[in-house]
Amino acid sequence: MDRPASIVVDHATKNFTLRYHRTFKTMAMAAIKRQDISDEFKAVDDVSFTIQQGESVGLMGLNGSGKSTLLKLINGIMKPESGSVHTRGRIAGLIATGAGFHQQLTGRENIYLNAAVLGMTEAETRRKFDDIVEFADVGRHLDSPVGHYSSGMFSRLGFAVAIHVDSDIFLADEVLAVGDKPFKQKCMQKMAEIRDGGRTLVYVSHAAASVRKMCDRVIVLESGKVGFDGDVDEGIRYVKYEADEDQEELENEDEELGADI
Amino acid sequence: MTDVTERPAERPQGRRRPSVDVKTPLEERPIRTVDAPMTSPSSTTGLLEVFRRRYLLRLLVSREISARYQGSFLGLLWSYINPLSQFVIYYFVMGVIFGLHKGVENFAIHMFCGIVIVHFFNETFNAGTRSIVRNKSLVQKMAMPREMFPVASMLVSAYHLIPELIILVVVGALLGWTPTMAGIAALVASLAICMVLGTGLALMFATANVFFRDVGNFVSIITNFVRFGVPMMYPYTMVQDRFGEFAEFYLWNPISVACLLFQQAFWVGTTKDPEATAAAHLPADLWAYTAIGIVVSLIVLGIGQLIFSRTENRIPERL
Repeated sequence: MDRPASIVVDHATKNFTLRYHRTFKTMAMAAIKRQDISDEFKAVDDVSFTIQQGESVGLMGLNGSGKSTLLKLINGIMKPESGSVHTRGRIAGLIATGAGFHQQLTGRENIYLNAAVLGMTEAETRRKFDDIVEFADVGRHLDSPVGHYSSGMFSRLGFAVAIHVDSDIFLADEVLAVGDKPFKQKCMQKMAEIRDGGRTLVYVSHAAASVRKMCDRVIVLESGKVGFDGDVDEGIRYVKYEADEDQEELENEDEELGADI
Repeated sequence: MTDVTERPAERPQGRRRPSVDVKTPLEERPIRTVDAPMTSPSSTTGLLEVFRRRYLLRLLVSREISARYQGSFLGLLWSYINPLSQFVIYYFVMGVIFGLHKGVENFAIHMFCGIVIVHFFNETFNAGTRSIVRNKSLVQKMAMPREMFPVASMLVSAYHLIPELIILVVVGALLGWTPTMAGIAALVASLAICMVLGTGLALMFATANVFFRDVGNFVSIITNFVRFGVPMMYPYTMVQDRFGEFAEFYLWNPISVACLLFQQAFWVGTTKDPEATAAAHLPADLWAYTAIGIVVSLIVLGIGQLIFSRTENRIPERL
């Protein structure tokens, strides 16, 4: 099976600086006490993989394992310090649930702005505007500032815009973490459409069931490193390698939740 | 999976509808040929990219204009009240109390010219420096050339210039001012210097402001100096009288030149004998200094872009 590469991550590393002290006063105090002024850690550590066009990949891992940072590198919001990230075509998606919205602007204005940032032209946005509004289902709130939206409405609008962009790569970061059941269902349906249309899908989720339904491959990150890359079921088992009783229960709940979608 | 689904597997069209429950194997999915090379998603061409994406820039500008005075009762009026209040204060203190307007015809216009151009530059510099922090929500979540924000700030400031220009034209016309080619050239050069220099400095300081919010305060102080460092509340002649040949250094400041050009465009024409006024109050080789000013501004813009590209990588994690 030879499909062209869609995302190539080659030994990418991204450092973050932990800043203990920010003001002049605290920094001076730290210097006197001979404490470290700053410390670095690797959020993404020497990660390499290739995703082919049309593949649907689940990105899993514990909180803080670097999933969102990796998505930011793929999306182009951040640049790796060493190594490289290359992508082909237009990228759309959601990073860390919410979209980049401007609180004071109305839903309508934000749709246009957001679509423009994602690379859509005015005509394209106008053509898809009704679909977006229908999908987001924010009703009469469309013309009030998004700052007044409920968190569910906020992320619905963000997802609606992102998913209607004619992209080649779609990044979905914990899209289902917020939003009610009917909306989750709609999202899954829409993502399945995207996947089956041959677009590349990178899906971040903690819900094993939805990953199982959505993806052909799972990449597991462990403190910034690739811990597992391969088959979906094995990957899901891998993530839960340390699962204790409580977690098992949670996962079961999750599984059920996924099952009746 | 053990799901029971009531949805029919086959649609009348014969083509299987994408479904959550039935996963099309990768081999059966259509191959989407993407006619694009592999590129680094974060690479941009900086300012050039900004002008390539004019539609987005236009949205950002109009958004900024509508957002700037949101929730305020007087709204856009504030952008007139601000310079007008400055005008009244300066006119009273400098003109009436200090008597600096003696020997300067139409001193009010002379000063208003200065206020307009300084206000434009300061706004560009100040708002541009803070623009990245102000647009946090977008910067953190969306991939876009971040030079967009300082440039958009500059255009917003330029938008607020329009009514001030109208005031100048109307008042000038009442006093017998007529547009001249030299005047228009001076106006264009003056605005160009402010735009380029203001954007360049904003780029230079915008990332620094992300790391330390102190920078914004520092920039406010610099812009205070600008107000006094240009021939706005005093005529250029005074600098020349006081410093003689050292007045040359005063003209190395592009904003001084921009201010003089602006006065050449609007103020000189309102006096009784424009040529005599120009000869008396403007430096003889103003155009030479204009060229220097433009070159200096372009260099600052280049350095600003360089600093910005070098440091912008650290922006999203520091916001």
